[in-house]
Amino acid sequence: MTDSLLETQNLTKHFRLGPDALVQAVDDISLSIAPKEILGLVGESGSGKSTFGKTVIGLHPKTSGSVLFNGEQLPEAYQAADFQRYANQMQMIFQDPYSSLNPRMTVGEIIGEGLFLHSDLRRSEINEQVADWLRKVGLNTDHMSRYPHEFSGGQRQRIGIARALILSPEFVVCDEPISALDVSVQAQVVNLLGELKESMGLTLLFIAHDLSMVRYVSDRIAVMYLGSMIEIGRSDDVFFNPQHPYTQLLIGSNPEPDPEHERTRSAVSIPGEIPSPVNIPPGCRFASRCPHAMDVCREQTPTLRLLSDIGEEHHVACHLFDEATTPAGSA
Amino acid sequence: MALLEVNDLHVEFTTYGGIVHAVRGVDFAVDEGETLAIVGESGCGKSVTMQSIMGLIPMPPGRITKGTALLQGHDIIQNKIIDGRDIRGNFVGMIFQDPMSSLNPTMTIGAQIAEPLEVHRGYSHRDAMKRAVELLDLVQIPEAAKRSRQYPFEFSGGMLQRSMIAMAIACEPLVLIADEPSTALDVTIQAQILDLVESIQRETGMAIVLITHDLGVVARLADTVTVMYAGEVMEAGSVDDVFYRSAHPYTLGLKEAMPTNQTGRTRQLKPIDGTPPDLFAPPEGCAYAARCPHAMEVCLDHNPDPFAIHDEHRTKCWLHHEDCDVEAEGLFQAA
Repeated sequence: MTDSLLETQNLTKHFRLGPDALVQAVDDISLSIAPKEILGLVGESGSGKSTFGKTVIGLHPKTSGSVLFNGEQLPEAYQAADFQRYANQMQMIFQDPYSSLNPRMTVGEIIGEGLFLHSDLRRSEINEQVADWLRKVGLNTDHMSRYPHEFSGGQRQRIGIARALILSPEFVVCDEPISALDVSVQAQVVNLLGELKESMGLTLLFIAHDLSMVRYVSDRIAVMYLGSMIEIGRSDDVFFNPQHPYTQLLIGSNPEPDPEHERTRSAVSIPGEIPSPVNIPPGCRFASRCPHAMDVCREQTPTLRLLSDIGEEHHVACHLFDEATTPAGSA
Repeated sequence: MALLEVNDLHVEFTTYGGIVHAVRGVDFAVDEGETLAIVGESGCGKSVTMQSIMGLIPMPPGRITKGTALLQGHDIIQNKIIDGRDIRGNFVGMIFQDPMSSLNPTMTIGAQIAEPLEVHRGYSHRDAMKRAVELLDLVQIPEAAKRSRQYPFEFSGGMLQRSMIAMAIACEPLVLIADEPSTALDVTIQAQILDLVESIQRETGMAIVLITHDLGVVARLADTVTVMYAGEVMEAGSVDDVFYRSAHPYTLGLKEAMPTNQTGRTRQLKPIDGTPPDLFAPPEGCAYAARCPHAMEVCLDHNPDPFAIHDEHRTKCWLHHEDCDVEAEGLFQAA
């Protein structure tokens, strides 16, 4: 595939907790992200979505599988020189604007650090760019000499965005960039990201658990459950016509700010909770909660299949679709 | 007379930086079997309102400077004891946002649920523990007897919140105060908890005061809504009035800042520019004027009194004054 900016092939990340305990945080995920695309990644806590983002960008060494960036294979485990090399191309915006900024550095130092390390610019030139970026993200240039604690959550998230984007990366992992913010401020940050994406031609992996916001932001949505990807497709296809029973549960559980709709909706909640990711049994990972679970679901892990009659590019990993479809690879 | 009625409540905090006017004249009322949602963003005073009524904020630095809170006609700000019994945990139950940090890590779940029964209802420890198991069963925790002997760290977030609910309803309260009960939970677990709260309310007829910032949760549970901003009530009314006939620019702003679930990206998200005012020195005029797209001169200098739109629907906005001829787009105007 040449039309993808970033591609993961069977990307797997396991954490060993002890001789008998293996956390399969991310298991066998293959997907590709096209240039200038926003891919939304959703799932509950513990589904492995943040681990996936961090593994893609090299913050975790890979257990197996590979990541291709512009067709070039990225190292299995990053060394200092690799970070040096890829920092200009890939960056990350973190979830918690409180703990992801060094409280002992000024805002100018935080935002300028990337340029300081990765360019030959002089201090004055760096400061110029930092000032420029402060304006771009809607802050004041005289904020440069202040410390993070002097800012609100929304302002800190803007600082995090400026820090990530000042190196003009091509690809940015946004790990729940708006979850910690108030509604009115979320919209500010989402609109800012949208504008910067347009003007810089960014490609984004947008990780979040707020489904309506993810649909709003993304071109395509991928859904993860307990380490595996269970559904991926165009945003509106996945959101309005979810096929996997888990995606249906997830979208049905999302309360909408519309009282009439909430009064007339059918009950959707399914008992049970996401199981522990330690030593996951074989078969479909959702089988223990799935209202449609069959015998085969507890034995064989379903693979992603293309549902060609439902929507282009709409893939689902569920045994309910075994007969109607062909495996994704052969389509 | 409503079951719980709060009138003109003012709460202040004395700090090194000066006095924070956190709650500035809040009124609301809730009846038996009814759910009132208090909505607002961080720092608007929604939690402080309820905590001050319940006597849960340390005084000093906190201080209730004005106002009354009547539970069945008893003034509970002055006196937390009714018929020799403390109202807290007894007539009023509370559940909090973060179940992990609101439970005692050194006590078993069962003992924590049993505690209010022993303290308020004179149960023996043995009977209280037995009742605790029944309550855990009621909030749908599997293997309740075994679970009651476990500690909070052995529970997931959703199960802890269920345990909190069991504890809050142990003494069959008249009012349940739920402060962001599902904010820390995943959306599928949130749906379970909201279902549970709703079914318990149907059975017991208790009133619920739901404090939240999530308009989706409000739409799901509330009968009436009070929208707070900078320590004041901006708009109040039935859930349909507030959602479909929004009469305050702030309510409208909140709604437009959220993505809707309609097909296509037909609408840009409209953020509310700016930040809430500094409550060390609240503005002279309307607290929202600095961010309001429809602000007029009068808004900057004079704080409006609530205008009645119809029935229980009221809003604190000059646009509804009879002499105001400005038509604000999208805003509901009384006929």
